[in-house]
Amino acid sequence: MKLELRGITKRFGTLTANDRISLTVEPGEIHCLLGENGAGKSTLMNVLYGLYRADEGEIVLNDEVQHFTGPGDAMAAGIGMVHQHFMLIPVFTVAENVMLGNEATGFAGSLDLEASRQRVVEISERFGFHVNPDSVVEELPVGVQQRVEIIKALSRDAEVLVFDEPTAVLTPQETDELMGIMRQLKEAGKAIVFITHKLREVREVADKITVIRLGKVVGEAEPTASNKELAAMMVGRPVELTVRKGPPKLGDEALIVTDLRVIDHLGHVHVDDISFTIKRGEVLAVAGVQGNGQTELTEALLGLQDHVTGSIELDGHQLVGRSVRQILDAGVGFIPEDRQTDGLVGPMTIAENFMLDRSHTEPFVRRGTLQLDTLEKFATKLLKQYDVRAPGITTPAGQLSGGNQQKVVVARELSRDLRLLVAAQPTRGVDVGSIEFIHTQIVATRDSGVPVLVVSTELDEVVALADRIMVLYRGHIVGIVPPDTPREVLGLMMTGERPEGAVA
Amino acid sequence: MSTPTVDKKPPVKPGERDGDRWNRILRDIVAGNAAVAFFSVLLAVIVGSLLIMFTDEQVRDTFGYITARPSDFLTASWDAISGAYGALFRGSVYNNQADDFATAIRPLTETLKFAGPLIAAGLGVGLAFRASMFNIGGRGQMLLAGAASGWVGYQFEWPWPIHLAVAIIAGMVAGALWGGLAGFLKARTGAHEVIVTIMLNYVGFYLVFFALATQSLLQAPNSANPKSLPMKESATLPKLLGDRYNLHLGFLLALVAVAVVWWILNRSSLGFRIRAVGENPAAARTAGIDVGRTYTIVMLIAGALVGLAGANQVLGTVTSGITTDLDAGIGFDAITVALLGRSRPVGILFAGLLFGAFKAGGFAMQASQNIPVDIVLVIQSLIVLFIAAPPLVRAIFRLPAREA
Repeated sequence: MKLELRGITKRFGTLTANDRISLTVEPGEIHCLLGENGAGKSTLMNVLYGLYRADEGEIVLNDEVQHFTGPGDAMAAGIGMVHQHFMLIPVFTVAENVMLGNEATGFAGSLDLEASRQRVVEISERFGFHVNPDSVVEELPVGVQQRVEIIKALSRDAEVLVFDEPTAVLTPQETDELMGIMRQLKEAGKAIVFITHKLREVREVADKITVIRLGKVVGEAEPTASNKELAAMMVGRPVELTVRKGPPKLGDEALIVTDLRVIDHLGHVHVDDISFTIKRGEVLAVAGVQGNGQTELTEALLGLQDHVTGSIELDGHQLVGRSVRQILDAGVGFIPEDRQTDGLVGPMTIAENFMLDRSHTEPFVRRGTLQLDTLEKFATKLLKQYDVRAPGITTPAGQLSGGNQQKVVVARELSRDLRLLVAAQPTRGVDVGSIEFIHTQIVATRDSGVPVLVVSTELDEVVALADRIMVLYRGHIVGIVPPDTPREVLGLMMTGERPEGAVA
Repeated sequence: MSTPTVDKKPPVKPGERDGDRWNRILRDIVAGNAAVAFFSVLLAVIVGSLLIMFTDEQVRDTFGYITARPSDFLTASWDAISGAYGALFRGSVYNNQADDFATAIRPLTETLKFAGPLIAAGLGVGLAFRASMFNIGGRGQMLLAGAASGWVGYQFEWPWPIHLAVAIIAGMVAGALWGGLAGFLKARTGAHEVIVTIMLNYVGFYLVFFALATQSLLQAPNSANPKSLPMKESATLPKLLGDRYNLHLGFLLALVAVAVVWWILNRSSLGFRIRAVGENPAAARTAGIDVGRTYTIVMLIAGALVGLAGANQVLGTVTSGITTDLDAGIGFDAITVALLGRSRPVGILFAGLLFGAFKAGGFAMQASQNIPVDIVLVIQSLIVLFIAAPPLVRAIFRLPAREA
């Protein structure tokens, strides 16, 4: 089925989220919709899916103008949507979820579960999904849950499939599998709209690329376009994708970790007797598939883990056994991997978030009283210096985009006198423009002579920032290698294999 | 097929995620906007009107021939509703049927008298709300505080301002300890404060009851009633407007408490930490704030505020001696007051005044219009219900959702 969007405009109050967007997707084609967070991609898709009414423009399927009043109409017309956040009922089985909202009924309204099971098996076999119709959804891995969403759409004979940021929740392997599925669907003649802001994925599967910025189509690109060209279109200015950094000016060993072991309250070992050092002016990047002890390692450094043995010495001071407060005061800066949970208090203002880890001391507190003038001046300055795009310092931090939230965290941590910076997933879920900015800041911190520990599951980021790379696997150090180690070798190390010549 | 590696922190304590969810719901309810609070009251009054109509005999009679003479029904309904709310107003603000101004204004002073402890206790509950804690222990904290204040009040023989001050402080300290215990247990063991404070209500009640029924403890000598001796003159809260009115110093102390709590929340570093812990304990912990200590401190202050309400009762409103009825339902009404006041000190002040008016006016309504005083309770309960269901109120009045 051929999908055409003609001049779609959608306004929310004074904000124009979509401004005369036109788009054509042919059957058997993967059309990528590329744009930063907040560019208006999801709004457009919600218009297509009947969740929003467009103020202007029309949706055309096979040359017929459609008038959707709700998702039901869109589905009936053959549009299927795979949402970023799955719309599945966790305690139902796959078959039950697939039939939900479209229940086949038999005599006296009894549910025909068998028909739904058959449908799941049929679709699953046709596309090689390996989904058991009787599995309970909440027990399935995230990647498989996503396939259930796809089956759900296909079971309603969807000819146009919309994937809204589908890879955000997936591991690299699951992402690869999804790419395979998308290609299969394309060969089966489906028209596919793929929404993303990840350049690598776009270039891998897209047949056509439409770039959206600030609610407008800013151009179309071929999949052969370079990352740099695509990024520049997305952001609206040339972007440095590679981090510009000189050779490190190494100083003394500032952080010395010896035989560190982290155990959770159930007795599971997450970090198993690891030892490493970081010199002043050096970035040690920790690579590894998520869940191999990185989180626990960074939390142990900050004193957030309860059962830690071994030694963490920063400039000769022992950190193990100290409180978070004392460790922060010792000069450790921390960018947590989940800014919304651990980095920010969403309902509090940007200014208040800037002083979050300094609520006990001057200059922001004097004799138990908040120094609001000092805070205001400080926050105004920091907002500008770190290029946080916000209406003002009294805006609640939770209302900012992901990239700007992260800049608030980075600004807060880097504005203290640091002796060590621990940055966990510093650019996760952050737009391209902000990634560039944050990377520059991290390198600048290194160049000012501060030792830096970066944890990232994105190999690109690890390679870009590292002076040395430490690979973790199941809580062990597989090896510490130079940054020019080939990707294939790093990939192997991430599965626990130790290549020849790697130093442990 | 790959296995999932996305669960961020694999060992989640059982029930922890559930707890997060409840905390979020609690936060949503507590942080509801002013419009929802206002319309909840309006809605409750409207539903209350319907109840008044249906409990009125005249209305029911005229309903029998409503198709024949609908005007009779409407007139009767109007009479019932206006009569009821008129009586409520006369009983709580200004009695225009009184002979002289001094008598006419008396209901307002009664309202203020009732409002004092409601405001103080409401602050105690509201402050805990701001740290995302549900202090249901108002009753126990008030009883303990009342017992402590009362004991100091009848036992000692000191000059006036000193005796009173010590008695009040004794009550606040007792309330603080009783509340702080719940905070301490939460900080140390993770025991949920709702369970602990509810249980401490029972423990507190029976403890005070036991002491009041035991000669060597609080019971008045040569008495069989579970009641203590009356307060000494030197320990009572002085009447503010002379003996004609019952309004006493307790109301002004509640106003001071409003100012103090406002300062704590908005201008002190402690309040900053309380708000941070309340909105996002994980981020607070990561920022080096001692979350457990903050819980304990919050509950200590909350208990002290509720304790002020207890002292107010024993030393001001009913000075004839400690009883187990001294909390007069304030410990629980305080939850409603805090909810209606959206946990903001100034909001709690107005919510306390409104509930004080309900208390003062409810009796007048029953006396003059023969409408059961329970109608007032129903209205109060409906207010809570509507505040706890903001989506409903928003839908009825078409208010925009907070996150649109």
